[in-house]
Amino acid sequence: MATRTQTLATGKLGERKTTGLWRDAFGRLIKNRLAIVGGLIVLLFAFIAVFGPLIAPYSYREQDVAAVAANGNRPLGAFSEGHLLGTDKLGRDLLSRLMDGAQISMTVALVVQIVVLGIGIPVGALAGWFGGRIDNFLMRITDVVYAFPDLLFIIILSVAFKETWFGRALDGLLLVFIAIGLVAWITMARLVRGQILSLKETEFVEAARAIGVSDRKIVMRHLLPNGIGPVIVAVTLGIPGAILAEATLAFIGIGANVPRASWGSLIDDGRAYVRADSHLAIFPAIAVALALLSFTFLGDGLRDALDPKLKGKQ
Amino acid sequence: MTVTDDQGQAPGSPALTELPEDVEIATEEGKRLASLLQDSERHARKLLEVKNLSTHFFTADGTVHAVDDVSFELDYGETLGLVGESGCGKSVTALSLTRLVPDPPGKIVAGEILFDGVNVMKLSSNEMRLLRGKRIGFIFQDPMTSLNPTLTVGYQITESARIHMGLSRKAADDRAAELLSKVGIPRAKDRMRDYPHQFSGGMRQRVMIAIALACDPMLLLADEPTTALDVTIQAQILELIRSLSEEFGTAVILITHDLGIAAGMCNRVNVMYAGRIVETGKVDDLFEKPQMPYAWGLLDSLPRLDEIKGERLRTIEGLPPDLIDPGAECRFSPRCPYARDVCREGEPELSERAEAGHLARCFGTEPGGWIQ
Repeated sequence: MATRTQTLATGKLGERKTTGLWRDAFGRLIKNRLAIVGGLIVLLFAFIAVFGPLIAPYSYREQDVAAVAANGNRPLGAFSEGHLLGTDKLGRDLLSRLMDGAQISMTVALVVQIVVLGIGIPVGALAGWFGGRIDNFLMRITDVVYAFPDLLFIIILSVAFKETWFGRALDGLLLVFIAIGLVAWITMARLVRGQILSLKETEFVEAARAIGVSDRKIVMRHLLPNGIGPVIVAVTLGIPGAILAEATLAFIGIGANVPRASWGSLIDDGRAYVRADSHLAIFPAIAVALALLSFTFLGDGLRDALDPKLKGKQ
Repeated sequence: MTVTDDQGQAPGSPALTELPEDVEIATEEGKRLASLLQDSERHARKLLEVKNLSTHFFTADGTVHAVDDVSFELDYGETLGLVGESGCGKSVTALSLTRLVPDPPGKIVAGEILFDGVNVMKLSSNEMRLLRGKRIGFIFQDPMTSLNPTLTVGYQITESARIHMGLSRKAADDRAAELLSKVGIPRAKDRMRDYPHQFSGGMRQRVMIAIALACDPMLLLADEPTTALDVTIQAQILELIRSLSEEFGTAVILITHDLGIAAGMCNRVNVMYAGRIVETGKVDDLFEKPQMPYAWGLLDSLPRLDEIKGERLRTIEGLPPDLIDPGAECRFSPRCPYARDVCREGEPELSERAEAGHLARCFGTEPGGWIQ
């Protein structure tokens, strides 16, 4: 009895925390170890991407010709003096080049997703909300884009614009990002359309209409925030795809202009020496793999955390 | 005569009305409505006049005559019950009044709706938003799904006030907090920041009522407001609707299939069956001397306290007719124990009974009919 009165007296009524949806989701996310590890590595990569040039031991184009010459004109191996991950044949420090490559890969992650969101959300929302002819029209366009071979489209675009200002912007990378984004938005458009389709039948939308909220506001304030969970997950899971696409393009020679190198072009460069100096291909490959895994783990964690069905469990 | 005078208006509610910025006034009727919204005077003989309203749903199986030639009136401040079994057109009638019938497949195919003298059917869909929320509040059946889970309760209450009254954030917040405490939610200021999932079902329905009343509407449409709630909460919610509508001078259309609720809340009751009004009258007349076998059946199927133990509840035999092709007969005749040949040959009109304003659609209870 005494304890009960005590609980009542110090009860939690007054200090009850407001637990919003996002706080709930965050609580579930940090309980997921893999997601946290993934998130930390993503943060690390992001840090390197922003501050890489400042903290890298060398510039990405700086050549240690003397060291290579002393090594009998062969690339320095890993853990050589002054070059933790060795150098390439021209004496450029691999670690520094990887750090510079991180900038490219993270920019891909960001810019491509911005393009994807910028096209996917409006297209999906318009199609889902208005339905009928508009839906049909927009979805047939996405079908056409979907049916067109991605790689071919990107290659055609890259070749066509290579010599314009657009093709040269950001060391030739802007073109690559936009090209990847232009084929990647379909999934997002379909996802958002599906979300809007199911959400617009809900009663709270009817309730919003009944107090005179405009269509535009219903979509922006009532529908999109409700469908944002799967969108965040799709973005996180779409990033590895974009990084991979950029690496693939770099590998076949489309993308960053020399002497800059993305992870993909580093792998391509290292390919030539893979028997004698395998570290030149292996370290960039590890970097790509690590980034992909981290984003995937984070995305999976977010999906679980934002899934309303899991609410209150765990 | 003003509808919302000094004591009728909720304290703190601003007298001035601003039109939402994004509503384009295109039609003549819209211009009239916009000017009428500037004050809270009465502009017509009746708050609501519905004439020959027909709402159909065009489905793959055929045209469903969900609401068929329905006419009724509603006085300022009056509470009208709309009763009937599931699928008889109660909710579609209410949705039609605000033109919220989902289109497609639904469409108001005929009829006239005069709200405070404004012909609702002539307004553009954009102009309709001036009425919704501002003059007509809506309470939905299921409070668990009628609130947006991602927005705070405070935001959802202030939304309509900010649209229709042009209130600043601060003023709208104050008004919302006041409304919340009015509908009986303790610590209203703190709870504004909470999300719907932190409220119980009864509390959420209170929030819905606060939303519906946010702009001090002239008409409150309550579509089975207590069906999803348990009985004790039901009584509280109904009492709340009653006291607030009295305080604000709001007319109420209460949709329910529970005759007990209708009897306790309403001034007048419309009984609907198969898309039509089959009986209408003052609540006392209708419950004392129902003039239509369907209304008897409804009253008869209520459970009673003095019932003999073990006795089965009475029901009305049969099912309501298919609304795709209701036929020309009296729509209740297939289930009516008193039906005669005349009932199967043509449908009776709503006709006067002994009491003023008491009408029924039945040959048998007409003067000189065979049912006494």
